[in-house]
Amino acid sequence: MLKELGRGLLTTFKMVIDGPVTTQYPEEKREVRPRFRGRHVLKRYENGLEKCIGCSLCAAACPADAIFVEASENSDEERFSPGERYASTYEINMLRCIFCGFCEDACPTEAIVLGDNYELSFTDRHDAIYTKDTLLEAVPSPEMTTPQTVEPGVYTRSVPEMKDPQD
Amino acid sequence: MDWTVWLEWAIKALVLVFTLLIGFGYLTYYERRFLALLQSRLGPNRAGPQGLMQWMADAVKLIFKEELTPAKAYKLVFFLAPVITMVPSIVIAAVIPWGPSVNLFGRDITQSVANINVGVLYLMSIASIAVYGIVLAGWSSNNKYAMMGGLRSSAQMISYELTLGLSMVMVILLGNSMSLVEIVEAQRNGWFILFQPVGAIIFWIATVAEVNRHPFDMPEAEQEIVAGYHTEYSGMKFALFFMAEYQKMIVVSAILATLFLGGYLGPGVDSFPWLGPLYMFIKIFILLGIMIWVRASWPRIRYDRLMALGWKILLPLALAVVFITAVGILLAQEVNPWLMWLTPILSLFAGWIATLMVDRTIRRKNYA
Repeated sequence: MLKELGRGLLTTFKMVIDGPVTTQYPEEKREVRPRFRGRHVLKRYENGLEKCIGCSLCAAACPADAIFVEASENSDEERFSPGERYASTYEINMLRCIFCGFCEDACPTEAIVLGDNYELSFTDRHDAIYTKDTLLEAVPSPEMTTPQTVEPGVYTRSVPEMKDPQD
Repeated sequence: MDWTVWLEWAIKALVLVFTLLIGFGYLTYYERRFLALLQSRLGPNRAGPQGLMQWMADAVKLIFKEELTPAKAYKLVFFLAPVITMVPSIVIAAVIPWGPSVNLFGRDITQSVANINVGVLYLMSIASIAVYGIVLAGWSSNNKYAMMGGLRSSAQMISYELTLGLSMVMVILLGNSMSLVEIVEAQRNGWFILFQPVGAIIFWIATVAEVNRHPFDMPEAEQEIVAGYHTEYSGMKFALFFMAEYQKMIVVSAILATLFLGGYLGPGVDSFPWLGPLYMFIKIFILLGIMIWVRASWPRIRYDRLMALGWKILLPLALAVVFITAVGILLAQEVNPWLMWLTPILSLFAGWIATLMVDRTIRRKNYA
């Protein structure tokens, strides 16, 4: 009996020596895993053009019907993305989204990527609908903002040459 | 009688009451932090530096909570029960000596509110009063869970009080006095835990059962009877029960320190009397830490086994150890002072036999 009782005391005391495992959340944050599926980000090419071509494949793949895309025509004077069309409206309802990542899989241009931001909060149901402005990646430098005026005949191909994904 | 005596008593009583009240606040903090450490957590650390103001936040929350009185409760008793539980837990601390007497403003002041010559009896009698509050709370709530909790609690406290009393008898024999100051002074040659280790352990087990702490917290066994006797209590009335429980923890630790661990004695306490309260504080702190550690480690024992342990193991063991102590003292007086050391050896042997018997009972296959 004494042996068992002593072992119980030792077990808990070992925890004191090992120290707490708590992460003090708002102050210190844990690194997310490489494949973590957080808030979506709409990516850009290096020259600032949007990768999204407004094809709505993500909306079609979405099992929760959280994505709404509306496409418009590109022109060489007002170019948002390579190819014919771009997404003039891109909305994700974060209350519906289940973070399955199917949109990421469906995207032909790797435009939509699930990032590592998991701190989503809103106080209103309307705030839960993330628009293109919030989702779109920031431009690397101010002169690369879309729409851009480009030389005609350069950006004819809407889907880029793809490589095998590296994780 | 001189009016300054009254003033002295009033000041000492006020200091004691406020120390216990603040001590209660910080004991909850200490318990939560240490328990968290034992469970690989951090515990409350947000309110104030390192969470030191947590008890204040808890107090504010409890004061502002809505107080419910069940419609069919016996209102007067329902109201009085927390008070009856609370008062003895403070009053009992009156006889505990916190240090040797000090000389202040040209008068000798003892560091206890009342130095009465039957201090141990006082402790016993006040400790028994606390059970009334719990029983009355359980009964007046008009709730079967509260009633069960109250009944369990009273049965448990009455059972373990016998053991508690017997282990106090050992101290009275060893110290040859009932006054707590004289018992402490008698430990100058060696703490009583050295002469009577089994007595100290029995006393500790009995006090843990007295204050309804783990692993003997039957009256509050959540899985069985909700919150026991304070199921129907909320707000400040609940806080009073809570306070009573934690103050009893402090007080029984202080009593254990006084009776077995040399009380306020420690190196240099004669030249610096103010070290007395500090030594008491350290001893109480360690004893409370052990209580919390035990809470984190051991499961609650079943109710019938609790009663069996009290009546079939601890009571006979305590009786045997009282006998051994008496024989040891007699032999030391009549034959040779060195025979005093027969007491710890023989009582440890008795304690070993008791654990063997518990072992045998637990391992029996058909022991339901």
